[in-house]
Amino acid sequence: MTRVLRVIGVAVGVGVACSPSSEPDTLVITGSSTIAPVVAEAAQRYERAHPGVRIDVQSGGSSRGIGDVRSGLADIGMVSRALEGEEQKLHTYGIARDGVGIVLNAQNPVASLTRAQVVAIYRGEIASWRELGGRDAPIIVVHKASGRATLEVFLEHFGLDNRNVKADVIVGENEQAIKSIAGSPDAIGYVSIGTAAVDIEHGVPIKLVGVGDVAPTLENLRRGVYPIARPLNLVTREPAEGLARAFIEYLRSRAVARLIEAQYFVQVSG
Amino acid sequence: MAGAGSSTHRDPDRTLESTLRAAATVAGGITVGIVAFLLVGSLPALRAVGPLRFLSDPSWNPVHGAYNVVPMLVGTLVVTAGAVLLATPLAVASAVFGRFYVRGALSRTHRRILETLAGIPSVVYGLWGLMVLVPAIARVGPPGQSVLAGVLVLALMILPTIALVGDTALGAVPEAHLRGAAAAGLSRWAIARSIALPAARSGILTGILLGTGRALGETMAVVMVTGNVVQLPGSVLAPVRTLTANIALEMAYATDAHRSALFVSGLVLALLTIGLVAAVDRIAGRPEGEGTPAHVV
Amino acid sequence: MWFRLRPSAWLDTPWRWRALAVPRDAAAHLAVWGAALAVAGAFSWILADVLLHGAPHLSLELLTAAPADAGRGGGIAPILVSTLLILGVCLLVAMPLGLGSAVLLAEFSRSANGYGRLVRRSLDVLAGLPSIVFGLFGYAFFCHALGLGFSILSGGLTLACMVLPVLIRSVEAALRAVPDDMRAASAALGLSKTTAIRSLLLPAAAPGLAVGLILGTGRALAETAALLFTSGYVVRMPESLLDSGRALSVHIYDLAMNVPGGDGMAYASALVLLGLLVGMNALATELVQRWQRRKGLVLG
Repeated sequence: MTRVLRVIGVAVGVGVACSPSSEPDTLVITGSSTIAPVVAEAAQRYERAHPGVRIDVQSGGSSRGIGDVRSGLADIGMVSRALEGEEQKLHTYGIARDGVGIVLNAQNPVASLTRAQVVAIYRGEIASWRELGGRDAPIIVVHKASGRATLEVFLEHFGLDNRNVKADVIVGENEQAIKSIAGSPDAIGYVSIGTAAVDIEHGVPIKLVGVGDVAPTLENLRRGVYPIARPLNLVTREPAEGLARAFIEYLRSRAVARLIEAQYFVQVSG
Repeated sequence: MAGAGSSTHRDPDRTLESTLRAAATVAGGITVGIVAFLLVGSLPALRAVGPLRFLSDPSWNPVHGAYNVVPMLVGTLVVTAGAVLLATPLAVASAVFGRFYVRGALSRTHRRILETLAGIPSVVYGLWGLMVLVPAIARVGPPGQSVLAGVLVLALMILPTIALVGDTALGAVPEAHLRGAAAAGLSRWAIARSIALPAARSGILTGILLGTGRALGETMAVVMVTGNVVQLPGSVLAPVRTLTANIALEMAYATDAHRSALFVSGLVLALLTIGLVAAVDRIAGRPEGEGTPAHVV
Repeated sequence: MWFRLRPSAWLDTPWRWRALAVPRDAAAHLAVWGAALAVAGAFSWILADVLLHGAPHLSLELLTAAPADAGRGGGIAPILVSTLLILGVCLLVAMPLGLGSAVLLAEFSRSANGYGRLVRRSLDVLAGLPSIVFGLFGYAFFCHALGLGFSILSGGLTLACMVLPVLIRSVEAALRAVPDDMRAASAALGLSKTTAIRSLLLPAAAPGLAVGLILGTGRALAETAALLFTSGYVVRMPESLLDSGRALSVHIYDLAMNVPGGDGMAYASALVLLGLLVGMNALATELVQRWQRRKGLVLG
């Protein structure tokens, strides 16, 4: 047993001595779990194309990304919203845009909603689908937990105050919202269009509905006419240089265009 | 206690005892470390807002300056109590089943099932709960994500722990006692009820305590099936948010002040656990086990 | 441990008790079988759901290839390696600490006295802390304070903290259940406590050790939140314990909750995890039984 303890002690000692913070050809990226899968996949491809380079992608949320970049623990932060206040001192590199769309269960006969209707539903003023032309069943309102970028974008666009929202279910990740809606014929929620569209492709029984006259499609996002959108950003403390700069440029290049568009995000280049 | 042994026998025992004390101190020290960690993280919020507001504010909405944790405390208590009350009889019955009502391959299979259930990730329980159980409950009363869903999923998660620890305790009951009872003509159930279960009582209680701990601390599965609405539950079909779900949902995106408030809800949970353990200690404070091992040497 | 109760034994019961015995026994019979069937039923329900969604994605490639397309394709080979390494670190650290503490609690302290009671209650509190708190603590202590960063080592150490209560309590409960005759006999023979513990008591308590290991391994493999913050998210094949590595449970969580369209692979990965779990449990039981047999103590 003492031998085991000694081995552990040495390991810890070695760990303290040479912790893997940023060496010249290592990049540490932390932040939003929405962006993390795409960036991790792109990082894998970049590593394969440039042997000897290591890019570590961790998730933990947009706030973690900002905090880690500020404290120097990460080289690049992933933030799935626009920066505000103090945060704007960081250098921002947009890599994509994501839309936020209203999602209903596929069985729901309602095909579109007006802005006023969405506001009323979320404030609890309309309680049954019958008032909207659907079946006689109570509306199950799916809402996001506070702090989420999708929530901020949604509230801002519809002019809602979070304190007035009457929710039946509160979720964390986009996928949780989608699964809740998919399992409940009378649910309504709002999620990242990228997430919803890919899930619809995989056969999940949900549908995106338009609000007003602009349909929530990739095309409308690309043209910039879809109103409820949020930027997906990478941030750094100093202007990016070296490996960080090279990787950011890679993410904006045509090489990853298909990867990004496959997630139903719109790539932002330059 | 003066022992009759030569002094050469005491030295290895003393070194053993000191080594063991060191190990136990590390184990106990981890708890102290984590509680201290929670305290340090909570201090900014406690100092800025004051502990009373965590009990009396109108709601939980740290972004807008409201910090009431009571609905979530109630949520945790209700869901945990429900899960433990549901799981314990089932688990004890399962353990009795495995030890006294079947044997050989059937008993082993039953154990394997329990062991496998114990290792299923919380995510999988959560997914199953969200996609299978919640729609079923929703048919009875929307939205489906509710106290009931949380209780059912948690009970399923802690049942194996209670059953397996209880099973070991039952297995340690001396065969002599059981044979003697059988010779006296007692039926299977009578033997289990009046001889085996009382003898295994402390082991079973340990299992229940471990299971309760697991239920109190479970995060992932609970986030997925209880609905996470901050409110005092009006019925078992109402959604509710637990303290653990609160931390999980908001921590990733919280700024400093909000983050500190979340640490407070973690601290409340730790205090709840400490209170529970202290209460159990007071009630069942009798010496545990078959016989208190005395210092024999 | 099974003692033979002849089905006709109750026929030998005195007449006036038989009438009383039957309905209660029948009810107990029903309740006990009912509970067992409920457990088996729930298990089958969950397993069926996982198999339904995951079986179509099972293949040899799953076990040997690296993830592709954010995990929706390819396999989980590097993740399996990271998981086993994390589990290894966890058990390597938790076993000596756990066994040591359990022996101290069972053999060197009265259950009612100060220090042992304090340690025991601390462990009960530890068992009730949320996994996310362990994650935050592990991140602050192992990753930052000790400077280990996002690494398999951080993850394993954090898991060891989580697994300790269950391990210690199971072994302690088993040791306490060993009858005192053994201790008295060994003392009468002049054996030191150390020898008695090592050669008699621990082997006799082996079933409890197995249960503790199994519950601990199960908990370790099933843990997500704690590992997300400590061993991290990276899918590369780890080259050292200081590399970040994604654990299987974290991968399942990511595929189900972050990557749209990742459900199928999430369930397939869950099946692999279950297989791993069943394998480890069988291994643990077998090893412990072998140890018991070697010590000449087959107590059923």
